[in-house]
Amino acid sequence: MLAISGLTKTYDTGTAALRNVSITIDEPQVVAIIGPSGAGKSTLIRCINRLVEPTSGSVELNGEVLTALSNKELRRARRHIGMIFQEYNLVERLTVMENILSGRLGYVSFWRAYRRNYPPADVSAAFRLLERVGLEGYHDTRADSLSGGQRQRVGIARALIQKPELLLVDEPTASLDPKTGRQVMRILVELAHEQNTPTLINIHDVQLAKTFANRVIGMRDGEIVFDGKPKQLTEKVLTSIYGEEDWSTEAADADEDDAPLAKVAKKAKTVKASKK
Amino acid sequence: MSTGTTSPPAHWSRPPLIKATWARHTLTVLVLLYLVWSLNSLEVDWERVAKGLPRAADIFSRMVPPDFSRWELLSRGIIESLEMAFAATIAGMVIAIPLGLCAASNLVPKPVYLIARSIIVVTRTFHEVIVAIFFVKIFGFGPLAGVLTLIVASISFLGKMLAEDIENMSPGQVEAIKATGASFPKMLIYGVVPQILPRYLGVSIYRLDANIRHSTVVGIVGAGGIGQTLSATFSRYDYDFSLAILLAIIALVFIGEFFSSWARGKLR
Repeated sequence: MLAISGLTKTYDTGTAALRNVSITIDEPQVVAIIGPSGAGKSTLIRCINRLVEPTSGSVELNGEVLTALSNKELRRARRHIGMIFQEYNLVERLTVMENILSGRLGYVSFWRAYRRNYPPADVSAAFRLLERVGLEGYHDTRADSLSGGQRQRVGIARALIQKPELLLVDEPTASLDPKTGRQVMRILVELAHEQNTPTLINIHDVQLAKTFANRVIGMRDGEIVFDGKPKQLTEKVLTSIYGEEDWSTEAADADEDDAPLAKVAKKAKTVKASKK
Repeated sequence: MSTGTTSPPAHWSRPPLIKATWARHTLTVLVLLYLVWSLNSLEVDWERVAKGLPRAADIFSRMVPPDFSRWELLSRGIIESLEMAFAATIAGMVIAIPLGLCAASNLVPKPVYLIARSIIVVTRTFHEVIVAIFFVKIFGFGPLAGVLTLIVASISFLGKMLAEDIENMSPGQVEAIKATGASFPKMLIYGVVPQILPRYLGVSIYRLDANIRHSTVVGIVGAGGIGQTLSATFSRYDYDFSLAILLAIIALVFIGEFFSSWARGKLR
């Protein structure tokens, strides 16, 4: 389905964001990509639909080599690749309906797009998706008056109305509170499974990755350092991805309000005591 | 944390803008010196001021009371000014759109950007009055020269504002539209236009207000409108009619100002 091989991206500033990354996804699964900030997660998914132009390497989706396409062919290919963003990236001053229908822009003529005259099938698909993401009745609401969670649901609907062969998701929950984040992830993953769409999700939250993904890829400094089942994410693996850290603190002192802080406070007390 | 005995400092002040002390003090001294020098170089000729004062008193006394008897001439001038301002704003708005798009570095290739920016810079270089003199030389006295002057000024102003708004828009919204496979024109109408349209209309209304004011000025060099009428009264020492015209211009600019801020408040 998706075959990434030897993908490398060096930015003009000299930063090597991706070094020889290869990933193969051959079943419609949800793949979480975890790793510290600056590990190259965002660059990786942007190199797939070439919002960022890779320096070398190739990306192949269902037999089409995306990295070899001309601009015009690339636009055609992008119609089949849905993308969901951390900051939602809805067009703020357009209505929810216009935002969702913009997922069909690659299929309608300029004048139809200009006059918002979409084919009936697209319109009913948009209404169906709106209901599916729990925003029934919001079609005429302007995107800038929605809450974060609602915006991300519109973002999901916009990506899914493309009937994508691949979903690229960049930090979908990073701007949301934990509860909304989980709800958004649940809708996203449900829909991905329903439509049999292979999905790549960049995600900061290891717990969410473990809960919702079929497969986890760990990145560090532009390289893949882990690729396996969520179960296999042990403390040792986490350390190899993120670096040294006491991964057990969240489990200890669970009865106190803020476990890690309490631990530090305790340590400080013992230091003071030993000084006297 | 390891050295628990040393207490943290209790004094903190904001780091200065210029870090080197000597540079900071030298700059202060230089600014003071410049102030003294520039005050000295003004060379106010008090004799001429003294001679001018009674003349001013004479002109002002002959201005009062304002003479509104030739109101037909006055209203014809005002209407001509308004027509010039409206025509110039609309023409400017239309022509500024392609110019502004081409002058936005995040939308077009570098050579196009440079050409568009040069057009804006060159047209902005010359003051309306200079452009008006030029057009009067070519097309003769009258409102045609005035309208063309205001069009030139409107294009460069609106084009520059538009280009800067496009450069400051949120790239994320455009990226999302691009990611759906939309072509450049579709990306413009879905990703760019919604982001910049309300402000562009706001700036255009501001420009209409400015054009009303400028239309009174360009008339003085013969480019039509109420300014031309005003300049004629001055050269004929018709000071009471001058005051009537000035009051009318003030009223006009007031109305323009209020309309402009009201209309811009309505846009969101």
